[in-house]
Amino acid sequence: MTTSGPGPGTATDTHCPYCALQCGMRLRPGAGPEPVEVLERPGFPVNRGALCGKGRTAAAVLRPGVRLTEPLVRDSRDAPLRPASWDEALDRVAAGLMAVRRRYGNDAVGVFGGGGLTNEKAYLLGKFARVALRTPNIDYNGRFCMSSAAAAHRRAFGIDRGLPFPLADVAGTDCVILVGANPAETMPPALRYFRELRENGGRLIVVDPRRTRTADQADLHLQPLPGTDLALALGLLHLLIADGRADKDFIARRTTGFAQARAAAMAHWPGRVERITGVPVTQLAAAAAMFGEAPRGMVLTARGPEQQSKGTDTVSAWINLCLAAGKAGRPGSGYGCLTGQGNGQGGREHGQKADQLPGYRSITDPAARRHVAAVWGIDPDDLPGPGRSAYELLDSLGGDGGDGSGGGIGGNNSDGRVRALLLMGSNPAVSAPRAAHVTERLRALDLLAVGDVVLSETARLADVVLPVTQWAEETGTTTNLEGRVILRRKAVDAPEGVRSDLAVLHGLAARLGVPEGFPEDPEEVFEELRRASAGGQADYAGISYGRIRAEDGVFWPCPAPDHPGTPRLFLDRFATPDGRARFAAVTHRPAAEEPDGPDGDYPLFLTTGRVVGQYQSGAQTRRVDELNRSAPGPFVEVHPVLARRLGVAEGELLAVSSRRGRAVAPARVTDTIRPDTVFMPFHWGGKGRANSLTNPALDPVSRMPEFKVCAVRVEKAEASAVTDAAS
Amino acid sequence: MTRRIAVVGAGMAAARFAERFQAFGGDAEVTLYGAEPRAPYNRVLLADVLTGRYAADDLTLPAGEARLRTGCEVTGLDTVAHTLELADGERVPYDELVLATGAEPVACGELGRGRVHVVRTADDGEALAGAAARARRAVVIGGGVLGVSVARALASCGLPVTIVHRAPYLVERDLDGPAGELLRRGLAGLGVEVRTGVTVREAEPGAGEGEGAYGAVRVELSDGHTLDADLVVAACGVTPRTALARAAGLPVRTGVVVDDSLSCAPGVYAIGDCAEHAGRTHGTAGPAWEQADVLAARLSGASPDAVYEGSRPYARLSAGPLEYAAFGDAAAAGEDGLDVLRIADATRGSYKKLVLRGDRIAGAVLLGDLATVGALARAYERGEPVPSDPFHLLTSPTSPTSQGAS
Repeated sequence: MTTSGPGPGTATDTHCPYCALQCGMRLRPGAGPEPVEVLERPGFPVNRGALCGKGRTAAAVLRPGVRLTEPLVRDSRDAPLRPASWDEALDRVAAGLMAVRRRYGNDAVGVFGGGGLTNEKAYLLGKFARVALRTPNIDYNGRFCMSSAAAAHRRAFGIDRGLPFPLADVAGTDCVILVGANPAETMPPALRYFRELRENGGRLIVVDPRRTRTADQADLHLQPLPGTDLALALGLLHLLIADGRADKDFIARRTTGFAQARAAAMAHWPGRVERITGVPVTQLAAAAAMFGEAPRGMVLTARGPEQQSKGTDTVSAWINLCLAAGKAGRPGSGYGCLTGQGNGQGGREHGQKADQLPGYRSITDPAARRHVAAVWGIDPDDLPGPGRSAYELLDSLGGDGGDGSGGGIGGNNSDGRVRALLLMGSNPAVSAPRAAHVTERLRALDLLAVGDVVLSETARLADVVLPVTQWAEETGTTTNLEGRVILRRKAVDAPEGVRSDLAVLHGLAARLGVPEGFPEDPEEVFEELRRASAGGQADYAGISYGRIRAEDGVFWPCPAPDHPGTPRLFLDRFATPDGRARFAAVTHRPAAEEPDGPDGDYPLFLTTGRVVGQYQSGAQTRRVDELNRSAPGPFVEVHPVLARRLGVAEGELLAVSSRRGRAVAPARVTDTIRPDTVFMPFHWGGKGRANSLTNPALDPVSRMPEFKVCAVRVEKAEASAVTDAAS
Repeated sequence: MTRRIAVVGAGMAAARFAERFQAFGGDAEVTLYGAEPRAPYNRVLLADVLTGRYAADDLTLPAGEARLRTGCEVTGLDTVAHTLELADGERVPYDELVLATGAEPVACGELGRGRVHVVRTADDGEALAGAAARARRAVVIGGGVLGVSVARALASCGLPVTIVHRAPYLVERDLDGPAGELLRRGLAGLGVEVRTGVTVREAEPGAGEGEGAYGAVRVELSDGHTLDADLVVAACGVTPRTALARAAGLPVRTGVVVDDSLSCAPGVYAIGDCAEHAGRTHGTAGPAWEQADVLAARLSGASPDAVYEGSRPYARLSAGPLEYAAFGDAAAAGEDGLDVLRIADATRGSYKKLVLRGDRIAGAVLLGDLATVGALARAYERGEPVPSDPFHLLTSPTSPTSQGAS
């Protein structure tokens, strides 16, 4: 270990382990059962000291009884996990990977990463896949997070950064449309900027099928049918044009493709959009006027529009609205994506995405391949090409193809199936769509090795579990939703028996015959990452740990040490070859699976999302008592009209079925949801697992699964059906 | 050789078909033959070209990458030889044929001698806009949804307008009497006078100087009154344009008769206003696009077994302050097995009615207050059972209209 812990009594400035805000916090050695105490850090600009319940209680996951403290291995498929030494565990993983490579080829091993991993880990994991394993098959759960926004961003602006401006700019604009985003629950400290917006006289429009806590704060809440916000955005563009509020000068000077986008909007006239979305024309008109009249404005999207099989087009439609209104590439205006995971932004920039190399380079671009291969000291021809996207990778796991339900990639052996998987920082047994099938695929692997902090549902399936350091126990950078590269600092030594992910990769690479190139020191990895990203879109060349410490974060692109970084993008030009933003001619289409008739098998919409007390698959937060008290388990939100029809009362168990599976959870009766839609949070495994139901239909561009819309049937369940729910 | 799909017509159904065919990944050369000199445009919005809301060019619709032959009238079909005959005598071969010939305005009695506008094409709209700018008083013949839209548009240009309508109340195909009456009052507030229960006996040149001068047309009504105007618009409905199909020996009743696959003969299809399916023709864009979607799914191969199951009648007026939505058989009442719920608020000018057959919606009207239109439309369209207390479909406190509370 080269990064030592702080001395006794000193406090360490660092950042929260959870969402993409990466709130600043201060850790002080703790006197209680937890090794550190979480304190406010008012000086950090994004959250100005505010923390949500998840951040405040983050130290609970550091407790020895909660986190893993020794490697675990399984002697055979049916044997239980047992403690093992690091050497045994790493030898076992390396031998398993080698055996699969020898028998089936390099493509038969895969790597699955996570959007919570630091930049250093994400970078090294991508390098590990391509250099040590020489497999194209690496992807990560960030594919399930913001990949649609990323694709639409690049299509329109030529570059993908979640927000093109600091979050604080929200408070100073005149109108924000928040689409399928619920920051009141997903990133509470961000909410202050929306409050300040309204205190400053700005307007907030929220688009969400549910009247969320965020929607409650809006000047106008549009409540469309799930999966119809593409039509809604086109309808608003239509009205913007019809009402004479399109910014013709901006369109002429700074964009291309308006005529086609306008034609697409003409195919979505108000009456038709009302019929598709269920949002009355009067409300469409009010929203279009509110946004169109505002001198400056922003559209911010989150998973609602993005997690659809048409997510890329949906986001493009919202970008079109910004462009037509002249609200982009100007101070106080623009489109942005509220990235979800802690390092969702950085995680996609440095090579754990199947089609990308560090610096947000394309793996199919020969110049990019030459550059990265030179940094890595290999022949560009030895770099694999693009691999499978996250769900396609998970779907291809296991040699037994089974009855063909494995889907996707073909039948049995020598067929490109992946038989050994190294998985870090992700819990797809809970978070992947069609999760029962994915669980079955994970079980069918010859080798599953999982690096994690806790024994997650996915780790429980593993042949080898590697206990790795977390957040307060390690140093590394993340890049928050603003594109601000920040530094998490080690505040406490990890328990005996825990190693960093970087050390794991170092140990595995050495066993695979690649002893060089996988340093354990995060700063050393970051220095290499700087070189690898130099000249790419996400250029970190000018960023150093020293600068981050001194400046409270540096915004990429930052190509040189004397470059100030780029808090605001696009003010002079967009990052396209001609400097102009590109309209996309997109058309509404139905979800991959729509409810059938009222007498059909699956008559209702299911949409999924989060609650404030839990985070993602819950692997961390479900181990925190205080959070479990506020959010103890899964539930099914139903409208009173639907509850009456089902004959179900608050708290009674409901069985929700889709074509992919079944979940059971208590009813929560509320008029904040549409009567034709039910909602489930996705934080739990077991019988209440929402992702047992969700649809892996993929967006053709981003390969994002359709988490937000599928068709279900809802019935009263017998109490006996759920005794082990949420286990 | 590339498969060739010829689409006769370049209106809304044709454009939608072409756009969807490409979106579905169809592999064929699609050609639209349009008699009009311009690319497909959105006809639904023509009335608002009058008000200046849309420039004519704004209305252009996407049509995928189809070849577009504008100003190109098809004068004959040979479904044996698989050729089209064009006005200039050219013969064009095709592999599959889609008829999307649309509809044309029907005549409103004996109007031959006066100058009477119609509103069907963009050219019609431009001519009417030009005339409206010079006119001082207008008469609209026909008080259906198009007539009401046009009257409202002309009134918003500052013209006094009179609607002459044959039925006892406005838009009798969509509305019931009370709703028609409320609509009349709403129009009165915009400066539109409505005369119901009368027809036009004749419209002939009046004493003035010609179009644009007051008194240029004298409209004689069936009740003996005459109206002097210098602008007359006929909006008496449309009839499917079937002459080509009929001459080619294809099955025609009111429209070109198609089955659930939208086929009227092997390799020949009809969609949109010209098509008759299950004994029904439609004159609106919604069903036309549903048909276009089904046919594009079939012919592109994306969903070769897709079938058209008919469209539920749904009418929507959204013209400035005048708004209504009408579903199904809204005027029905008194029949056995029908329950009717009504909520009328004369001071606010709103009227809501739900006609139930058992627990399903047979028809409904929302006029003036459309807060629940989304929920109602969905329940109606999907044939959803209505709960024992269906008032939420008319007055939901949780209708998607929440205003912020903080």
